[in-house]
Amino acid sequence: MKHSVKELELKANTIRQDIIQMLVAAGSGHSAGSLGMADVFTALYFEVLNHNPKQPYWEERDRLLLSNGHIVPVRYAAMAEAGYFSKSELKTLRKFGSRLQGHPERTRLPGLEHTSGPLGSGLSQAAGMALGLKLKDNTSSHIYVCMGDGELDEGNVWEAAMFAGARKLGNITAIIDRNNIQIDGFTEQVMPLEPLSMKWQAFGWHVIEIDGHNIEQIVTACGEAKAIFERPVAIIAHTIPGKGVDYMERDPVWHGMPPGTKDVPGDPPKAKQADEALHELRTLRGRIRGEHE
Amino acid sequence: MSKYAEHLSKELFSETITQTPTRKGFGEGLKQAGELDERVVALCADLTESTQMESFAKAYPDRYFEVGVAEQNLVTVAAGLAAEGFIPFTSSYAAFSPGRNWEQIRTTACLNEQPVKVVGSHAGLSVGHDGATHQMLEDIALMRSLPNMTVIVPCDEHEARKATLAIAKTKQPAYLRLAREKTPIVTSTDSPFEIGKAQVWREGKDVTIIVAGPLAYEAIKACELLAKNDLEVELINSPSIKPLDVDTLVKSIKKTRAVVTVEEAQITGGLGGVIAELIGEHAPAALQRIGVRDVFGQSGTITELWEHYGLLAADIATAAHTAYKRAHTK
Repeated sequence: MKHSVKELELKANTIRQDIIQMLVAAGSGHSAGSLGMADVFTALYFEVLNHNPKQPYWEERDRLLLSNGHIVPVRYAAMAEAGYFSKSELKTLRKFGSRLQGHPERTRLPGLEHTSGPLGSGLSQAAGMALGLKLKDNTSSHIYVCMGDGELDEGNVWEAAMFAGARKLGNITAIIDRNNIQIDGFTEQVMPLEPLSMKWQAFGWHVIEIDGHNIEQIVTACGEAKAIFERPVAIIAHTIPGKGVDYMERDPVWHGMPPGTKDVPGDPPKAKQADEALHELRTLRGRIRGEHE
Repeated sequence: MSKYAEHLSKELFSETITQTPTRKGFGEGLKQAGELDERVVALCADLTESTQMESFAKAYPDRYFEVGVAEQNLVTVAAGLAAEGFIPFTSSYAAFSPGRNWEQIRTTACLNEQPVKVVGSHAGLSVGHDGATHQMLEDIALMRSLPNMTVIVPCDEHEARKATLAIAKTKQPAYLRLAREKTPIVTSTDSPFEIGKAQVWREGKDVTIIVAGPLAYEAIKACELLAKNDLEVELINSPSIKPLDVDTLVKSIKKTRAVVTVEEAQITGGLGGVIAELIGEHAPAALQRIGVRDVFGQSGTITELWEHYGLLAADIATAAHTAYKRAHTK
C-alpha cells in the first residue's frame, strides 16, 4: 500500500468534515450516503485508482463512475483532497454557477467521467465504457462504478448486470453501498433486496462482501476484483449511513438532509447539528483532544 | 412537372414509382458509415433484421452489440461507448426507443453531451397490424424538447441513407425517425441533404405545404390536385425538425401567409407544433395541420390507417384550400 491505514483513516475523517461543511454551506444535499462512503472514496482516490489529477482525461487512467449521484459531496471532497481543484471551491456545492452541481455533470468538472444522478443508469454506462476499452485494446484501465443499494430497485441496473455478466466484462468492478436505507426508509421494508449476493452471482458476477469502513478490506477487495479477468465483480460494501456522526448513523431521516445551523420555529432544534457533527469528527468522538478544542 | 426541383425522382408521376421503406436507407447508410469511420458502432435490442442493422452486423461483427430486449440499457451502454470515443448507433422500435428510455437519453446522451444516435424504427402508423401499442406517434415531441438533440425525419430511402451518414459525422446526439412500410422514393441519389436545411421542391405563391417523412408523396400528389384549381403551392420538404431551417420556412410563409403541415405523427409537438411555434414567433399565417390529432392508432393496413386519420392527398388539398381561404378572409 502507498499509504498506511492510519494515514488513510485520517484522510477519510478530513473528507467527512469537508462533507459536513459543504452540506451546511449548500443548505441542502445528502448526508447519510456521503458520510457512509467516505472510507471507500478515500481508498479509491488514494490507494486504488490509477489516476492523475493534473491530467484528468489521460487515456490509461482508471475510470470511476458514481451512479447514485446524490452522494457526490463525498466525491467532490475526495477529488479536492486529491488535488483536482482547490478545497475552497467545495463551499460552492449546489450554488449558482458552480462546477460542483447538486448531481455530478461531466461537462462542468474535469475528472468526472459521466453525468449521473437519475438512478439506475451508471452500471450501463460503465458497461459501455468497458466495451469501449476492449475495442481500443486498452487493457490497463479498469472501471469502478459506485452504486447505492436503494438504486438497485431500478430495472435498468439488472439489464446492465445481465449484459455485463453475459459479456464477461472483467474490467468492471461495481461497489455497492449496502447501507440499508433509502429515502422512504429501510431498504428491506421499502423493497427487499436480499439475498443480494446471490442475485449478482446469478447474473454471472463474482461477489465479495466487505466492511465498507475497513480500509484494508476495501483495498484488498479492489485488488482481488482487478485480478479476476473473466467476470465483472460486485463488491458489496456494508456501510453505516451517516458514519461518524452519532445522531445520523443508521437513521433514514438523514438520507437526503444536511445538518442544520439555526433553529426554525416549530421544528426540532437544529442550531447545533453542524457543530456537533464537526466536533464528533474532529475529536473522533471524544477519543482525541486536539488543536480544535 | 417543371415546377419540381430537378433532383427529385424522375419517376415521380409514373404509376410504377419504386417503393421502399425508409429503414432500408438507414441500413445502407449505417454500413457505409461503418466503412468510412471505424469509430462507428451499432447496438440493437433484439431486432437486428427489423431495424435493418443486419448488414452492419455482418460486415462488422466486432463493432455490433446485441443487448437483448432492454431499451434502457441499449442507450446507456451506447453513452458509455461514446464516452470512450465511439459513435454509437442504437435502434429499436420507436415506441420503445425513444419511447421507453426517454430519461436515459436525456441524461446520459443529451445532458452528458455524448453523441448517441437514437434510431426509431417502425415509427408512425406504418407498423400497421400491430396496433396502437407499437405505432409511435409521440416521438418527435419527445425528442425535439431535449437540448442538444438533433431530430431528422427522412421522407424516403435515399434521404434516410444520407441522414444516417450526416448524423454519423456530428458530435451531438441525434434522433432519426424511420418507417416500416414501403413508401415511394420521391428524391434521387443526388438530391441535396443537409442537417438544418429544408428543400423547396416546388415554388408557388398561394399556399405553403411543409412535409416531413414518407407522406411527402401524398403532399406531392396534393400539389397536382390543387394545380387543377389554380392554386399555386410552394412545397417544402423539412426533414430537419431540429435544427429547423427557419430562414427558408419563414421566407415562404411570409409570401403565402397560408400553411399546411403534413406528418405521420401527433401534430401536438410534432411538425405541426413546430411550425405553429414558428408562425407565432416569426410570421403570422393561417395554419392547417395534417397529422394525428390526440388519438392513438389502431390495427390496419397503412392505406386504411392513412385514410382513416385523414393523411391522404385529398385531405391535404382540402386543408390547403381552407388555409388559403382563411388567409384571404378579413
